[in-house]
Amino acid sequence: MAEPSKKENADVVDDGIDVGISRLTEEKIQSVINSVIDNETGARLKTYVETCIHCGLCSEACHYYLSHDKDPHYSPVGKVKQTIWEMIRKKGRVSPEFIRQAAIISHTQCNLCKRCAQYCPFGIDIAYLMLVVRRIIHLLGVTPLYIQDTAHSHSVTMNQMWVKGDEWPDTLQWQEEEAQAEIPDLRIPLEKEGADIMYSVIAPEPKFQAQLIYQAAVIMHVAGVDWTMPASMGWDNSDMAMYTADNEIMGRLKRAHFETAERLKVKKIVMGECGHAFRSVYDMGNRWLGWSMPPFTIVHAIEFYYDLLREGRIKIAKKYKPPITLHDPCNVVRGGGLHEKARYVAHAICETVIEMLPNREHNYCCCAGGGVINTGPPFKMARMDGNRVKAEQLFEAKTKGAEVLVAPCHNCHSGLEDIVHHYEIGLEIKFFSDIIYEVMEKPA
Amino acid sequence: MHSFYNFVSGPLAWIAFLLFFGGSIFRIVRMLMLVAQKESFIFTYMSWRYSLRSIFHWIVPFATVNWRRQPVLTVVTFAFHICLLAAPLFLLSHVILWDEAFGISWWTLPDTLADVMTIIVILGAVFFLVRRVTRPEVRFVTSASDFVILAIVSAPFVTGFLAYHQWFAYPLMMGLHVLAGDIMLAAIPFTRLSHMLFSPFTRAYMGSEFGKVRHARDW
Ligand code: SF4
Ligand code: SF4
Ligand code: SF4
Repeated sequence: MAEPSKKENADVVDDGIDVGISRLTEEKIQSVINSVIDNETGARLKTYVETCIHCGLCSEACHYYLSHDKDPHYSPVGKVKQTIWEMIRKKGRVSPEFIRQAAIISHTQCNLCKRCAQYCPFGIDIAYLMLVVRRIIHLLGVTPLYIQDTAHSHSVTMNQMWVKGDEWPDTLQWQEEEAQAEIPDLRIPLEKEGADIMYSVIAPEPKFQAQLIYQAAVIMHVAGVDWTMPASMGWDNSDMAMYTADNEIMGRLKRAHFETAERLKVKKIVMGECGHAFRSVYDMGNRWLGWSMPPFTIVHAIEFYYDLLREGRIKIAKKYKPPITLHDPCNVVRGGGLHEKARYVAHAICETVIEMLPNREHNYCCCAGGGVINTGPPFKMARMDGNRVKAEQLFEAKTKGAEVLVAPCHNCHSGLEDIVHHYEIGLEIKFFSDIIYEVMEKPA
Repeated sequence: MHSFYNFVSGPLAWIAFLLFFGGSIFRIVRMLMLVAQKESFIFTYMSWRYSLRSIFHWIVPFATVNWRRQPVLTVVTFAFHICLLAAPLFLLSHVILWDEAFGISWWTLPDTLADVMTIIVILGAVFFLVRRVTRPEVRFVTSASDFVILAIVSAPFVTGFLAYHQWFAYPLMMGLHVLAGDIMLAAIPFTRLSHMLFSPFTRAYMGSEFGKVRHARDW
């Protein structure tokens, strides 16, 4: 096995990993690795591993590699070498210490952002390989504690944040009342059968950012949308189980989400500004359930705002003045092609849009995605050190005059918040909905 | 010496061709069967349009972001691979062999051009070797097999070049040249040289995923 990339990896304490490792035996490791490789993978794993010509061309795709002064341990193929190649080569006979390192690499040194797939001449999907590693880590019970906690929460409450059954409608009612002070006839319709749209959010919205639900309600109301939110489990579209490779729970979550939409007989699901939830609903969870494409029309907030603005259903009273720069979230841009629509929205609501470079499908990840931010405080510095290039990219946009950073993704939002603070970049960070709410025409 | 030459260009060449064609078909069929058995969903995502779109971008020099970022490597890679395929296929003396053996023939390259192409392949191999040992990100993921396949690929060209210019012992070189060619052919399906067989598939799958599902470009 290669030397660990950084000494501090050895010092990080994470109870999820460390306690899990203390329970491992070599036999258990071997049987789990081999069962994943034999029973859960197939031609993709085999072909990717055998086709990779060890050319290193994927390296410069990765923000971790670039941010660590091109330390090869952080190159995409370098991470593969330190994990799955070795597991395959040794037929699963690796040590607990190796597994510890594999847990750290797969969970905190790769955002599954798939930028490297755009750099490898063969299109080798390293994010997929890292997910196979996480699957092994999950089955061995060594997933980092914080993200495992959210997966447990999903399992128990069907939402990410331990939001209890009654807290959810309570929060919606509370936001409805708040908003009625501004627009008296505004409603947040609950359980309305046959509405056009079911609006779903991630659990951190009711938990910490209830004003986002308020803003969404105002936008829906002004645009005259026939919408509803579910009162039952299934309202949360988020999915950390996807990132712990706990596919069974991922499937339960997505089934609950789709079945809720089905029960309410809505035409489509509109999602809040979140990237990973979109990936789960559109790309991974649906496939695990056997849907080649989602059984419902899934509309990410960017696309929803785009439609509203284009159809003139919301009007802009006065465009937003401070110059903005736009972060393209991997999961909805590289994962959903929403970059041009995001630009349409940005230009429709803001006076000045300053492009950060690289952008669109080639944007750098915020380093929070892929569940990395959800591994919590023990690995915060891994994110800060791992994304110096993002700081440089943002700083450049700021130099060109940007004052506000728009990030239409919850994960990106939190991740960029940390980056902006740590590197003292001084950009204010907003969602599209913050700005739309501010600049739209509202009933007097 | 004569019998050595006859052996490598006779029975051994047959075996090499058999291993090359048989092995290639076997490997591809086995991969497809594995897809059908365990990941048949892959077929549902494949799209001709997006597969070809992606492959096209990656086989045109400088058509992708990463090719543009690495101009020297790009020029070398393309020159190397084009010469590697074209020189042996269109070399006059090879075509004559085919004609004598089976009565089939096709276009040929002027000998001087083929000679230059051979040198390009050899220099390309040297470039890859140097890159492998000097660039940390490449060295980190290098194993012994990477040097072996580089040797397998360059040997027919080095020996062919020496034989053509009649340096050293011509008959020996000629025999070694044919032997090296046999080894390379036979090795393609069974070493990482198989990227020649598999890369269209991996690229096509990623191209289809990016184009059809993700509505994004993968280059
Ligand atoms: S973080 Fe992104 S670019 Fe880096 S290895 Fe992971 S998927 Fe590839
Ligand atoms: S670019 Fe592709 S082939 Fe080259 S090392 Fe990276 S994954 Fe392997
Ligand atoms: S959090 Fe945002 S930038 Fe980061 S992986 Fe997710 S979508 Fe990409």
